[in-house]
Amino acid sequence: MCQVDEVYSDHLERAAVPSVSKKCLKCKEAAAAVVIRAGHSYCRGCFREYFIHKFRAMLGKNRIIFPAEKVLLAVSGGPSSCSMLSLVQEGLSQSAHKKLRFLPGIVYIDEGGAISQSMEERQRIVAELQAVFKGTGFPFHIVPLEQVLDLPSSVLVTGPPTSDQPASAYKAAVDHFIQNNSSIFSAPPDQEETSPPSQKETSLPDIQESRVHLLQQLIGSVKTLTAKADLLNILRQHLLVHTARAEGYSKLMLGDSCTRLAVKLLTSVSLGRGAQLPQDTGFSDPRYGDITLMRPMRDYSSKEIAFYNHMFKVPSVFIPSLETKTTDKASIQRLTEGFVTKLQADFPHTVSAIYRTSEKLQTAFRSSSTADSSGRCLFCMCILDTAVESASAFNMTLISEQLSQTKAAGNTKAELQQQSPAEPESSAPAGQCCSSGGGEDCGRAAGGGGCCSTDKATETPNLRSLLCYSCQLTIKDMSSVDHLPLYILSEAQRRQRRSQMREEISEFLLDGEDD
Amino acid sequence: MAAPVSIQLEFGGGAELLFDGVKKHHVTLPSQSEPWDVKQLLVWIQRNLLKERPELFVQGDSVRPGILVLINDADWELMGELDYQLQDQDNVVFISTLHGG
Repeated sequence: MCQVDEVYSDHLERAAVPSVSKKCLKCKEAAAAVVIRAGHSYCRGCFREYFIHKFRAMLGKNRIIFPAEKVLLAVSGGPSSCSMLSLVQEGLSQSAHKKLRFLPGIVYIDEGGAISQSMEERQRIVAELQAVFKGTGFPFHIVPLEQVLDLPSSVLVTGPPTSDQPASAYKAAVDHFIQNNSSIFSAPPDQEETSPPSQKETSLPDIQESRVHLLQQLIGSVKTLTAKADLLNILRQHLLVHTARAEGYSKLMLGDSCTRLAVKLLTSVSLGRGAQLPQDTGFSDPRYGDITLMRPMRDYSSKEIAFYNHMFKVPSVFIPSLETKTTDKASIQRLTEGFVTKLQADFPHTVSAIYRTSEKLQTAFRSSSTADSSGRCLFCMCILDTAVESASAFNMTLISEQLSQTKAAGNTKAELQQQSPAEPESSAPAGQCCSSGGGEDCGRAAGGGGCCSTDKATETPNLRSLLCYSCQLTIKDMSSVDHLPLYILSEAQRRQRRSQMREEISEFLLDGEDD
Repeated sequence: MAAPVSIQLEFGGGAELLFDGVKKHHVTLPSQSEPWDVKQLLVWIQRNLLKERPELFVQGDSVRPGILVLINDADWELMGELDYQLQDQDNVVFISTLHGG
């Protein structure tokens, strides 16, 4: 030991194996069945208790769900969300003192169209899931991803936060609920009454061939798997939020596990989504205002979930995704996942270290969280991170891009000079006017410089000025933005008109925050 | 000389796609001079069962990171991982925890 040239790794690994006790760490009686982390092995019973307790503790600690609130569970059919579903079921069925007190519903988004699954295949999967959902007795909604094409543009507008109540209100609400405890049992029959109609509409509504085709065109217009996965994420989230709003839910539970979030965190950083990390990986995500996204599974590793599902026969349905059977280097998401899982195999604390980091993250412009929708990204609804001062890395990238795109150098110089004095003047109101102005200039410059596709050059920058940095990158990987769903395009036009108008009347505006 | 070992293999979480979508396999490992361990089982699976893309299932002489192994419903880390000696009627489960299988 402790010699200069000693090789440690073999020694240490050898030593680690026998140190794992064969008995459960908790009850010290039953034989261990699961190693949760190095040296922590639980038996079946203790593992179950630990697993269930963690869920309730997560919800209890965060105090976000008010009693009798409607909560929509986003179930993809994968292990983590199915586990979440079974935990909610568990928490509601139990008559013990720590019973969950909300009214759950289920939403499943059928993405078969995006990965070119046949109709029969999609129907088979939906039927399988329906059987699972019916078993829970919760109302459920099965929504094909094709519906994203028909969303209203109001999806892209943040609703007013419904419950901005202080923590004390939570306690009062709980007390009130407990007092009226007699009504507690009227809730389940109530649900059953509502479930038959919702079950009727759920048997996968007819999807028109043309819709499927349009969706495939949209996905097909994206050139890289990385951007495809990113776009699919965004569309899925819009559809989830829309469903929650349409059905009157105020909370949306996502099944992201701790492993998944660790991967997501590193992926997001590599995708230029660093500014949105706290919302993207935190427990609750208020970016939509009236609908709060929650991630109650963020304390579970994918290993724990897989073991729980296997041991306690939690049904889950395997659904192939864009990334199924792809190699490690197919996309940034895949690469990061490979990186994290490989590291995790040798260093079992990798995931938890990354995950703990995510808990400490906060964005600098937190104060503007109430910004109106025009200050938010058109895609991911995050506060625009592109409104930064002119001497930033982001603007440098833009300038160098402009320079390399425009052939007439003299033209660009003039353009730049024209642009820079305009910036400080409009930097007061959130700054999006300046970036949109810059975008238009850029489009004009490209058109004037004799760019080959004038059409695209005028269309893309317009949209880009409304997106955050990362979503701009996604758009860049698309061959054409014309395939984007109508609600995105029309909202883009609306915002553009507004900012144009604001520019026109800017002389008459007071230097205030409001428009 | 060890007698042939008959075991049940199970694949889940998307791993079954590499085995023609079949989840459960009853297999009998032929008799050989030394007892079967998990390491040899993986080689045997790769030669006899795996239908495609072996790199998505094994890496080196172990399974790909992200694929869990359960032997008789217990974590293989408790059983000695690759060195575990298979018994007759053992149940070995492989679950992929990777996104998209």
